[in-house]
Amino acid sequence: MSSRRAAIVAGIVVLVALPFVISEDYYINIASQILLYAIFALGIDVLVGYAGLVSLGHAGLFGIAAYIVANVLAAGYGHTVAIVAALIGGLIATAGFAAVALRSVGITFIMITLALGEIIWGLAYRWISVTNGDNGISVTTRPAPFGLSLASPRGFYDATLIVFLLAMAAMAIFVSSPLGAALAGTRDQPRRMNALGYHVWMIRFLAFLFSGFLSSVSGILFVYYNEFISPQALALPASAAGLLMAIAGGAGTLFGPVVGSALVVIVQNVVSAYITRWNFMLGAIFVAIVVFMPEGLVPGSVRFGRAIWRAARGRKPTPSDRASATPIGGPRL
Amino acid sequence: MSFWLLLTVNSITFGGLLFLLSAGFSLIFGLMRIPNLTHGSMFMVGAYLGSTFLSGALGFTSDFWVAAILSAIEVAVLGAVMERLLLRRLAGQPLAQVLVTLGVSLMVADLCLMGWGGDPISVATPEGLGGFVRAGPAVFPLYRVAVIGIAVVFAVVLWLMLDRTRLGAKIRAGVDDPQMARVVGIRVSQLFTIVFGLGAGLAGFAGMIGAPILSVYPGLDQDMLPLALVVVILGGTGSLLGSFVGSILIGFIYNFGQALLPELAYFVLFLPMVIVLVVRPQGLFGGQIL
Repeated sequence: MSSRRAAIVAGIVVLVALPFVISEDYYINIASQILLYAIFALGIDVLVGYAGLVSLGHAGLFGIAAYIVANVLAAGYGHTVAIVAALIGGLIATAGFAAVALRSVGITFIMITLALGEIIWGLAYRWISVTNGDNGISVTTRPAPFGLSLASPRGFYDATLIVFLLAMAAMAIFVSSPLGAALAGTRDQPRRMNALGYHVWMIRFLAFLFSGFLSSVSGILFVYYNEFISPQALALPASAAGLLMAIAGGAGTLFGPVVGSALVVIVQNVVSAYITRWNFMLGAIFVAIVVFMPEGLVPGSVRFGRAIWRAARGRKPTPSDRASATPIGGPRL
Repeated sequence: MSFWLLLTVNSITFGGLLFLLSAGFSLIFGLMRIPNLTHGSMFMVGAYLGSTFLSGALGFTSDFWVAAILSAIEVAVLGAVMERLLLRRLAGQPLAQVLVTLGVSLMVADLCLMGWGGDPISVATPEGLGGFVRAGPAVFPLYRVAVIGIAVVFAVVLWLMLDRTRLGAKIRAGVDDPQMARVVGIRVSQLFTIVFGLGAGLAGFAGMIGAPILSVYPGLDQDMLPLALVVVILGGTGSLLGSFVGSILIGFIYNFGQALLPELAYFVLFLPMVIVLVVRPQGLFGGQIL
């Protein structure tokens, strides 16, 4: 595992050194976006990758935290109150969301989360006295923890990086904890886990809370990054983009969502520089990845490379090549 | 008094539209075991295509009903093609199929925005139905009453098709037990294409029928899809009766919610869904196709 550890240290060094190497604000902002969306994608990956539950409503949870920050600040309170309120409110909303969605698993779970996400979007769009409707709410200041200003792209990047590293560490601890192992068990063999005495529903519920917490953290960073929140951030394409990030890099892995987030944010920024058809691209990438590389870009590319290598040497694909192509959401559905 | 009567008629009309939309959704779900997330897009595409036929932009001017039928056929073909080319490749992987329908719905929404622009398009009420009906103190738009009639006719036709015809028997067998249906010689994969096309066509038709009431605008798909989802969660997946009862219920809740609590109309939809999920997770009529 020492090579893995070395890779992690190297990754952290690169991320910390990034603003020293590229000084243009535009690129530093893109890096901040990648990191803040990576936290969102990690949250979705807790459910998609480790629990085998595909959620299409997470942008709603992301948005609730963002709207709480905006509203609490507008009411005249400070940033600490706003952030704490958003985290608590996000957790409460997640608990309600999870209690309804976890009445089912599999395909029905997707339908329920989609419906719930759209209802939260509808609320953000129509509940004008609280959300200011389609016009959204502006946030005029960013917090300054310990007197360090986050107003500049550099400052914001550093803060996002710290939160991102904490989220990654929390995710790593969660995944390797007994709870994480039990969660993977409920994904692969829910009935056996139940027979072994595990409370399958409670394990899924706790995982959902963790997922919602990460989504809320990401939503808070989002509202401070954009200094604005509107219902668009909660709409179905936002949930779809989050899910795409989680599965594009490889669901059920620690670094897959980060790769996925980088892919989606970079494509989005590059594409919108040339054409305005971002949702079309998002849909097309979605279809392409699901049809051709269901296990994600990183493992998928490895599998394609191996298959080509084998074909070049004139051998048939071995069963292990096929077995490695695990469908999204775990092997069993 | 007449306010409540009008609201009731509007609710039933909206319920009728929702039935046309969700009957196909529910049948597709019953047979293929996937929610078709392009269903809202098909509703919107049907409305856009119909408005184009009506406007005469294609070199001929068509009647409202001809436009509705033409757009229904086109959307049905689109649905069948999508099933053949995309979903068939992913047979046996329901999750991948759902995600593909999600990807396609995002693409369709953007293509419609590209083709028809961002401004809402209003569609005129068909000739002869622009008038009003008087019932005591209340006055109803004739078209809304006609939509109720259309929905009832479709409900009866769909019921007869499922209950009395050979195709209906095959579909029921496929919904009940796809593997067993295959064993007795029913080509279930062919049924998938037929039902997907039929469901898509119904959604497209509903889009055009709804256009004089709702008009056509970008985002119509995202407004309608959750309603179809809630109807099906409420009524039970794969059940025609369930989608009928669910549609009427949601029609009432949505319209009364909008009139009484306009800011929370969308949120009110959430309540019946939660109650049904807690009390009867399979939906009111889950497990019965008719």
